[in-house]
Amino acid sequence: MLRYVLRRFLTAIPTLFVIVTIAFFLMRVAPGGPFNQEKGLNPVIKANLERIFHLDEPLWRQYVHYLQNLLRGDFGPSYNLPDFTVAELFKSGLPVSLQLGAMALTLALVIGSALGIWAALRQNRLTDYAVVAVATVGSTIPTFVIAPLFQLFFALTLHWFPVGGWGGGAFINKVGPVLTLTLPQLAIVARLMRGSMIESLHAHHIRTARALGLSDYSVVIRHALRGALLPIVSYAGPAAAALLTGSVIVETIFSIPGVGRYFVEAALNRDYTLVMGTVVLIAIFTVLFNLIVDILYAVIDPRVRYD
Amino acid sequence: MNMNFKSWLVGTTMLVMGTTGAFAEVVFNRGNSADPESLDPHKTSTIYEADILRDLFLGLTTEDAKSEIIPGAAESWTVSPDGKVYTFKLRAGALWSDGSPVTAHDFVFAWQRVVDPATAGEYAYMLAPVVNAEDITAGKKKPDEMGVKAVDDSTFEVTLNAPTPYFLEMLTHQATYPVSRANVEAKGADFTKPGNLVSNGPYTLAEFIPNDHIKVVKNPKFYDAANVKIDTVNFIPTEDRSTAMKRFEAGELDSNNDLPTEQLTDLKAKFGDQIKIGPYLGTYYYAFKITKAPWDNLKLRHAISEAIDRDYLAEKVWQNSMIPAYSFVPPGITGYETRTTDYAEMSQIDREDAARKVLAELGYGPDNPLKMEIRSNTSENHKNTAIAIQEQLKPLGVEVTYLNTDTKTHYGHLEQHGDFDVARAGWIADYKDPENFLALCKSGTGNNYSEYTDKGYDDLLAKAAASADPAERMKSLSEAEAVGVARDLCVLPLLYYSYKNIVSSKLKGWEDNVMDRHPSRFLSKE
Repeated sequence: MLRYVLRRFLTAIPTLFVIVTIAFFLMRVAPGGPFNQEKGLNPVIKANLERIFHLDEPLWRQYVHYLQNLLRGDFGPSYNLPDFTVAELFKSGLPVSLQLGAMALTLALVIGSALGIWAALRQNRLTDYAVVAVATVGSTIPTFVIAPLFQLFFALTLHWFPVGGWGGGAFINKVGPVLTLTLPQLAIVARLMRGSMIESLHAHHIRTARALGLSDYSVVIRHALRGALLPIVSYAGPAAAALLTGSVIVETIFSIPGVGRYFVEAALNRDYTLVMGTVVLIAIFTVLFNLIVDILYAVIDPRVRYD
Repeated sequence: MNMNFKSWLVGTTMLVMGTTGAFAEVVFNRGNSADPESLDPHKTSTIYEADILRDLFLGLTTEDAKSEIIPGAAESWTVSPDGKVYTFKLRAGALWSDGSPVTAHDFVFAWQRVVDPATAGEYAYMLAPVVNAEDITAGKKKPDEMGVKAVDDSTFEVTLNAPTPYFLEMLTHQATYPVSRANVEAKGADFTKPGNLVSNGPYTLAEFIPNDHIKVVKNPKFYDAANVKIDTVNFIPTEDRSTAMKRFEAGELDSNNDLPTEQLTDLKAKFGDQIKIGPYLGTYYYAFKITKAPWDNLKLRHAISEAIDRDYLAEKVWQNSMIPAYSFVPPGITGYETRTTDYAEMSQIDREDAARKVLAELGYGPDNPLKMEIRSNTSENHKNTAIAIQEQLKPLGVEVTYLNTDTKTHYGHLEQHGDFDVARAGWIADYKDPENFLALCKSGTGNNYSEYTDKGYDDLLAKAAASADPAERMKSLSEAEAVGVARDLCVLPLLYYSYKNIVSSKLKGWEDNVMDRHPSRFLSKE
């Protein structure tokens, strides 16, 4: 197993390299540059700026520079926020996105799975229909609708929570963004879990277990759940990578200082270094969580062997 | 037990005093539509950082609550008879927030730094009137050759290329603020970080968490600290304008400098006087590609301009958050006579008739439609404006298509002089002077998107620049506008911008003004 993990880490390096290369050149194909704006710059001043950020050099040399710096762990300065380096922006924003993402993921997995199991056990009964209905609605209402509704109802009408802001990480400020992030994920997890649980409950070994007179609890939790978990795990991997790296919509609407906004903002601003930094960050998270999914597969399903 | 009770009593009493008594800290939560690009005054360019830097730093001149010029770091100044040499007497005993004196040497250092190509200050051109400044920025001369001098610690002398009547006005801009030489040299690029930044304004930087808040606190060393009533200002970025309105309603924000225009009617009904909308020194305009047919035809350009119903745009598309415009320079500059197009006062129906006639003469009509593509940067309001114009021009036989691209693509395309028919742009004044607008139509200027060239126009601008008499100068500028804009449509003015603020009735001292500048030092909160 250890050798497998090591091998996966090693194969991640060329993957990241390819991603970085494609992103670097794709970004430069986009028209306009970081210093184009409504108030156009004097050409002399623009040339000075481009020289400072080495944007006047041939593209291949900029690429080599970028790779060299990246290998040293240097993401470079942000073009549009020159008071900060990309690393400083991540250092300040990533813990925020990680906290919100982790809380949302945990809630979605725990509550979503529980609801899914509950619905599966009461298939085609009222509870089942209710869960399916809620899950369908939950996964179809976009976050940009949930978030303002939350603000209107819980913040402005009931005054339970603040409308927005991070509040230095106060619990009360996290409720809205976490719930908004959780709801669609929870709905998907519940539906997945219901489906796979129903399938799992019809498996031969479950029938055998019941025939042997095992208790309901034992059948469901110890035997059926194990098989039912596999689709959840494969869904949770990419979902975790997406949640932990932040959401531009939730962060913008709730005025949260996370990193999710940078992907869109930086691309629109042609803040090349920040875009690249975000690409690397998301790529690392995706590779990491895919690996975790594969390891969990082996843990859950004894038939899966990697050595 | 007794001790515990006592300490509890003392603690509680102090807490009550702290929250209700005379010690209460006055906090102003100030919504700002975006985070600043930088807190280095020499590297900034947008209005998002202007309010913050105005609280942190003090230029030679500054503005009062109504945005009129008042002495800043300079207590007084004299101007030589030829209008070219300004001698500033710095405020006696003025200190940086670290306690060191603010000297003329700091100004020399700061101004050389702004124009130094190594700084690449986006607003280096604010100091272009100073001798050698432009050559230094272009790398042709050394920064120490700039026309600035510290006569002694408290006397700062500036030599200009030509008399520049708006020079004192320019000095309110953040690009001309001083920085502490000792501070910048000691901390390097990190000098703007909280804990490092030394400033000479009414406030000092306490915290900066990107996308969360910038906290500035009252600077006890500021010369007028006794009259600064707000202790702490939190600048809170409010990208999402709808959220900003909700945060205002919940009391999380005391003000915000932008409003969702689509909700304006509701907002006015809900917040009444707290919504503040008024004329602002900025113009929303289109540029024709004058260098190509058919847009090189002046009559055609005027026909299109005449046919556009600006009242409809202002009222229906922009919910009265914009004002119909027929000149490039907005009204509101003292001593300047704005020059509008001939048809500014005509009724819309008469204008349409006149436009239809011209178009017919040129052979355009429903059978032979004129094709016109409007390019703009992506925004719901820009799109709605273009669509309204499309509808207005349709009956006249003009087939308008609309192409929007993101901001960087749009302005990149214009800067490269890419092909287009009509393109959208906007200009907000950096300082209160018509020249700031009219320079955009000068031959060869980077922002001259229509590529307009006219010797008469350029000569009038040059005449104004050389004029020592302010009234004479304003007259030349006015004539230039009559030629370049009203006669030739080097830009097609559509709307003047309005400032759009929401300001809590608890905030006192907020004076509406055409520059929309509101230094926190003049405000107080109940």
